[in-house]
Amino acid sequence: MTEFTPLVSLLGGALIGLASVLLMAFHGRIAGMTGILTGLLPPIAPDWAWRAAFLGGAIIAPALMVLLTGYDVGFASPVPTPWVIIGGLIVGVGVFFGSGCTSGHGVCGMARLSPRSIAATAVFMGASFVTVYVVRHVLGGF
Amino acid sequence: MRRTIFAGLIGLVFGTGIAISGMANPAKVLNFFDLAGDWDPSLAFVMGSALLVAAVGYFFVLKRDRPILEPRFHLPTNRKLDASLLAGSALFGIGWGIAGFCPGGAIPALGLGESAAWIFVAAMLVGIAAAKTARDALRPRVAKTA
Repeated sequence: MTEFTPLVSLLGGALIGLASVLLMAFHGRIAGMTGILTGLLPPIAPDWAWRAAFLGGAIIAPALMVLLTGYDVGFASPVPTPWVIIGGLIVGVGVFFGSGCTSGHGVCGMARLSPRSIAATAVFMGASFVTVYVVRHVLGGF
Repeated sequence: MRRTIFAGLIGLVFGTGIAISGMANPAKVLNFFDLAGDWDPSLAFVMGSALLVAAVGYFFVLKRDRPILEPRFHLPTNRKLDASLLAGSALFGIGWGIAGFCPGGAIPALGLGESAAWIFVAAMLVGIAAAKTARDALRPRVAKTA
């Protein structure tokens, strides 16, 4: 059971959207985590510096927020470690061949009304709903 | 230098948004997808407001001739729905439904020091690197047969 948090989720979403707009305004780039990460894996993209900086900012932000405000970010992973690894491998292969994830397709691409992003988002959201249904209600898992 | 600093600051905004929104919390993400169980609709609000802000912001930003710090916009031009896009996205959705992490949620979760996030990101990077290697290995062969 997790608490329904409409207000902080709206605020968090607005910040994610704002970051996307800023990265387009300043760098002319899609704020997609898959694309940013892929450029940092070998062969490393020549423009690795902004990618590494964006990543660094994204990683220290939650720690900074907890440190400065004491805000309880809330974290729980109900998934057994072997399945976290399997899920991670599948996500990695999937986002590479799918050319993006929730941030790139779901936010940036949908905001540009890209047909590829709209299709990708429909497919991965649909697959997630089905997967969670199967894991929890068919297999009786986590 | 200015480009790098601004990217870091924008990353901070992104990471803060992810942390506040609940996208970095697998329990919350999995409950969003669990319509038949303890459904938590919060993530629909995250996606909705992110999309609204991005759509309105892009509308104005993309009217400019060029971005502030770069000579041109880097926008994907491919508009074809191909098998790679659809199969890859389906796989991503399956993995997201298993682990409760998407890439944009997992990266900021690293900063929370949670071991599940580190394990997930390590596995995900192996997955991306393997896929990248496989595609680069296949590419010349595809070109030759084409």
